[in-house]
Amino acid sequence: MTQTPTPAAAATDTADDGTAQIALQRHTDAKKAERKLGLLLVAPAVTIMLAVAAYPILYAFWLSLQKADLRRPDANEFVFLDNYVTVLSSSIWWTAFGVTMFITIVSAFLELVFGMILAIVMHRTIVGRGLVRTSALVPYSIVTVVAAFSWRFAWTSDLGYLTPSGAAPLTEFWPSIWIIILAEVWKTIPFMALLLMAGLALVPEDLLKAASMDGANAWKRFWAITVPLIKPAILVALLFRTLDAFRVFDNIFILTSGANETSSVSMVAYSNLIRGLNLGIGSTMAVLIFITTGIIAFLFIKAFGAAAPGSDSGGRK
Amino acid sequence: MQTETTQRKLMWWGVNILVLLYAFVPVVWIISLSLKDDATLNDGNYLPSSPSGESYAAIFSNPDFLRALANSIGICAIATFVAIVFGTMAAYAIARLDFPGKVTIVAVSLLISMFPQIALVTPLFKIETALGLFDTWPGLIIPYITFALPLAIYTLSAFFREIPWDLEKAAKMDGATPYQAFRQVITPLAMPGVFTTAILVFISCWNDFLFALSLTSTSNARTVPAAMSYFTGATTFEKPTGPIAAAAVVITVPLVIMVLLFQRRIVAGLTSGAVKG
Repeated sequence: MTQTPTPAAAATDTADDGTAQIALQRHTDAKKAERKLGLLLVAPAVTIMLAVAAYPILYAFWLSLQKADLRRPDANEFVFLDNYVTVLSSSIWWTAFGVTMFITIVSAFLELVFGMILAIVMHRTIVGRGLVRTSALVPYSIVTVVAAFSWRFAWTSDLGYLTPSGAAPLTEFWPSIWIIILAEVWKTIPFMALLLMAGLALVPEDLLKAASMDGANAWKRFWAITVPLIKPAILVALLFRTLDAFRVFDNIFILTSGANETSSVSMVAYSNLIRGLNLGIGSTMAVLIFITTGIIAFLFIKAFGAAAPGSDSGGRK
Repeated sequence: MQTETTQRKLMWWGVNILVLLYAFVPVVWIISLSLKDDATLNDGNYLPSSPSGESYAAIFSNPDFLRALANSIGICAIATFVAIVFGTMAAYAIARLDFPGKVTIVAVSLLISMFPQIALVTPLFKIETALGLFDTWPGLIIPYITFALPLAIYTLSAFFREIPWDLEKAAKMDGATPYQAFRQVITPLAMPGVFTTAILVFISCWNDFLFALSLTSTSNARTVPAAMSYFTGATTFEKPTGPIAAAAVVITVPLVIMVLLFQRRIVAGLTSGAVKG
C-alpha cells in the first residue's frame, strides 16, 4: 500500500497506448472504490465518537456561559464569563486542583518507578515467568471500585488489618491523600509495567552483553543503554498515566467521598452537577478540566517530543 | 557453578513472591471479609476464623443487587458487541485501505481515549434528560461505546497489521471465491485479535463507575459498581461491610478468571495498541 507502482509507467513498456489507458482507468476506479469503502467502514465509529464526545463538549462550553441552575430553571440567562470568574476565584476549586495535581504527579512518578521494577522482573526472571506475568494482571483486571473498597476497609479502625487500634487515617487530610495514591498506584503499576516491558523486549541483548564485558555494572547498563533505548515507551506510558491520573474519581469517591478537602477536580464537578444540580458551574469546571488535560498533553509532546502513538501508527499504515 | 545457579534461582523466587504478595494481598483481604460472619467481622484479622456464606446469602436475596448484576452484564455485553462491530470495520479500513482523513481519525480517537469523562457527564446528563435516555440501558450503553471505540480501533488495527494478507490472494489464486477466502483464511487469523479486544473493551465497561453513578437514579440501569456505593445496612448508619465485600468478589472473580485464562493474549493486546517502535 505504501508504494503502488504507477500502471501507466508499467504499461508503456508494452508500447501500447490503449492498454495503458485502460489500466490507468482501472487503477483510478479501484482507488476510488477503495476510498469509498474506507470512508464507509469508518463512518459509524466516527459518527458515534463525534456525536457523543465532540458535540457534548461544545454543548458544555455553551452551558458554561449560562446561569443554568436546575433548581431555578426560570432564572436561566446568558452570563458570559461569570461562571468562570466564580469558579476561578473559589478556594474549593483551587484546593481540588492542587490535590489533583499532587496525586497525579506523585502517583505517575511512583508508577513509573515500580512499573519499571515490575517490568524488569517480568522480563528477566529465570523462574516462574508465566506465574509472575499472570499475577501482575490481577490488579489490572479488578474493578477500581472493588479495589477502593478493599483499601477503605483495610484502613478503617477496628475493621482493617492495616489500621493501628484507635487510628482513623481516612478522616485526616494527609493520610487520606497517601491512601488514595496507594490505591491508584496499586491498580495501575501492571499497565505501566506491560507498556515498559514491550519496550524492554526491543533492547538488543548483545549490546547489554558487550557493555557488561567492557565492565559496566547492571546499574550503569540500565541508565546508559536501556533507558535511552526505551525512552519512547517511557514517555508514552507516562503521558497515558498522567492524563488518566488527572481524572481520578472512583478511588476518592469510595475512600473519602471528598471529605476533609480531599476532592479532586472531577469530584468537585460531580458534586456541583449531581448534588448541587448546578449545570452552569458544573459545565464550567468540565471545560476547565478539558482545557487542563489538553495543556498537559501539549506540554508532554512539546517538552519531551513524545510521539503520540496514533501519529506513529498512522504514518506507518 | 551449581550452587551459583541455585542461588540465583532462589533469589528470583524471592522476588517473585514479592510480586505475588503485591498482587494478591488486597484481593485475598476482600475475599476474606466477604467470608467473615457478623461476630468476627470487626476483629481486624486478615483471615476469617470461622468462614460463613451469610454475606453471599444476603446479596443474592437482595433484588437491587440482582438487578444491578443483570444491568452490568447486559449493558457491558451490548456495548462491547457494538463497539467491536464498528471498531472492526474502522480498524480494517485503517489497517488495509487508503482513504483521506485516516490520520485524523486515529488522532481523534486518541484524543477521546484521553478525554476526562467528567467533562462529558454534565452535558450528557442534560442531553439524556431531554431525550428521555437518563436512567435507561441505552443511556449508559451509548457513552460506553464511545469510550470503548478508541480502544477497540487501536488494538484491532494493531492486530490487523500483523495478519499476512497475501494469504487471501493466494487462496483466490487457488480458486477460492472472495467470500471463501475471507471466511476460511482471514477470519481464523483475525479472530484471536477480535476476541482479545472484546475482553479489553468488556473490562473497561465493567470497570466504569462515573457514568453509572451520574446517568442513573434508580436500580433501572444502575450497574454493580454504582449499586455497591448505595448499599445500606440494617440501619442507615451501619456500613454493610460483608455484603459490599461479597458483591465485590462476585463481580471480580469472573473477570480475574477470564484474564488469567487469556493472559498471553491480553498482554499482547494491551501492548500492541499502545507502543510500537
